[in-house]
Amino acid sequence: MAHDHDHDHDRDHSELSEIELRVRALETLLTEKGYVDPPALDELIETYETKIGPKNGAQVVARAWSDPAYLERLRADATAAIAEFGFTGRQGEHMVVVENTPNTHNMVVCTLCSCYPWTVLGLPPVWYKSAPYRSRAVRDPRGVLLEFGVSLPEDKEIHVWDSTAEIRYLVIPERPSGTDGWSEEQLAELVTRDSMIGTGLALQPSELEAAQ
Amino acid sequence: MNGAQDLGGQMGFGPIELEDKEPNFHAKWEERAFAITLAMGGTGSWNIDTSRHARETLPPPIYLTSSYYEIWTWGLEKLCLDKELITEGELKTGHMEEPAKPVKQVLTADKVAAALAKGGPADRPEQQPARFKVGDRIRTKRMHPEGHTRLPRYARDTVGVIEAVHGVHVFPDTNAHGRGEQPTWLYGVLFKGTDIWGPDSDPRLSLRIDLWEPYLDLA
Repeated sequence: MAHDHDHDHDRDHSELSEIELRVRALETLLTEKGYVDPPALDELIETYETKIGPKNGAQVVARAWSDPAYLERLRADATAAIAEFGFTGRQGEHMVVVENTPNTHNMVVCTLCSCYPWTVLGLPPVWYKSAPYRSRAVRDPRGVLLEFGVSLPEDKEIHVWDSTAEIRYLVIPERPSGTDGWSEEQLAELVTRDSMIGTGLALQPSELEAAQ
Repeated sequence: MNGAQDLGGQMGFGPIELEDKEPNFHAKWEERAFAITLAMGGTGSWNIDTSRHARETLPPPIYLTSSYYEIWTWGLEKLCLDKELITEGELKTGHMEEPAKPVKQVLTADKVAAALAKGGPADRPEQQPARFKVGDRIRTKRMHPEGHTRLPRYARDTVGVIEAVHGVHVFPDTNAHGRGEQPTWLYGVLFKGTDIWGPDSDPRLSLRIDLWEPYLDLA
C-alpha cells in the first residue's frame, strides 16, 4: 500500500474517537425511541459477515460455465436464475449478467455512490466505494486494471458499466483453460470476487494450486 | 446535483488503495453505523433515493474527506432530523427528550432475513408505451438540476444508443424529494468512450449507463 502509515494512524485515531461517540449516541437515541431493535442490528451485521458474500456469486458463475441451459436462463432473466440458488433481495432485485469473451472485458462501477450486487458479492470493499476507483474506472479502466495486476491485450474491447439505477451487474469471467471435466465446486474455487466485478480475472488452475 | 458524489472522470485522487484481507468492517462503530442505517431504512420513513440525496448534499470538503461509514452516519443524522424523528438536542446528549414519533414499522430480529430476501424492487407496472426502442440514437440532456439526479455529469449532452429497455422504474429525481415515484422507462444506454472523453481517448472503451426516459431525447 502506497500511503504514509504514521499519518493515517494519527488521523484514524482522532476521527475514530469522535465518530465512535457520534454513532454510539445515535444508536442509543434511536433505541430509546424504539425505532431500532438492538437484536435486529446484530442480526444485520451477522448476516453480511457470515451468510452473504462472494461465494454466492462464485456458485452462479461456476454453474454458468458448466450448464449451457443455466447460462441461457441467466441471459434471459438473471434475477430469476440467481434466485434458483436462493440469492434474492436487497441490492440484487434487478440482476443482469455481462459475459467476458476473448474480445471483450467488462468492468462494473458506481460513479455516483456505491451500488453493488449484495446478493451475490456481499458488501463492497473500501476501494470500490472510494474516489480513486469511482473517478477513474469510467475514464481509464485499463490503468485501473494495471493497478489490480491485470494487463489486457491492446485490442481487447472494454465495456464499463456505471450502475446509475437499481440494475445490478455481475460479470461472468472467462472460464480458464485446463478445467474440462471440473465439478461446479472445483470451478467455483477459481472465481474471485474481483473477477465478478471485472477488476480481476478468474484464477488459472496453476494459481489455485499456488494459493492452496 | 453537481455534488462531490458525482465522481466519474474527476482527476487527482491518486492510485487505488488495496488493503489486506478487506474486512467488511474496520471497527465496531462501522458495524453499528451500517446496521442502524439499514434498520432505520426499514422503518419506511424515507426511500433509497432520499437517503442517497442526504449523503450527496454533504458539503464537498466533508464528503471527500470522510470514510464511507462516516458519510452514512452524517446522512442518517440528517435524515432523522429532517423527518423530526429526533432533535438536535437529543443528538447532542444521545438520549431521548421528546416522545418518539410513530413510524410505519420497526425491523425486529425475526424479520431481518425475510426483509433482506425481499429487498425493495424498483420496477413498476407500465402506464404508457416506451418512447425509445433498442437501436435508437439518443442524446442525453444538458442539465444541471440542483436536486437529485442519476445522470452523471460526464454523460450529459452526449450521443448514445439504446441497448436495453429495462422496464418502468421509480424515478429518483422526484422520489428523492417527496414528489412521488413517478415511474418511467429505464434504458441501458451505450456510449462510445471517445464520444465522452474525446478523440484522443481509448478507442476500445465503451460505457453502459442506465438512464431514465426524461434524461433522453432522440438524437
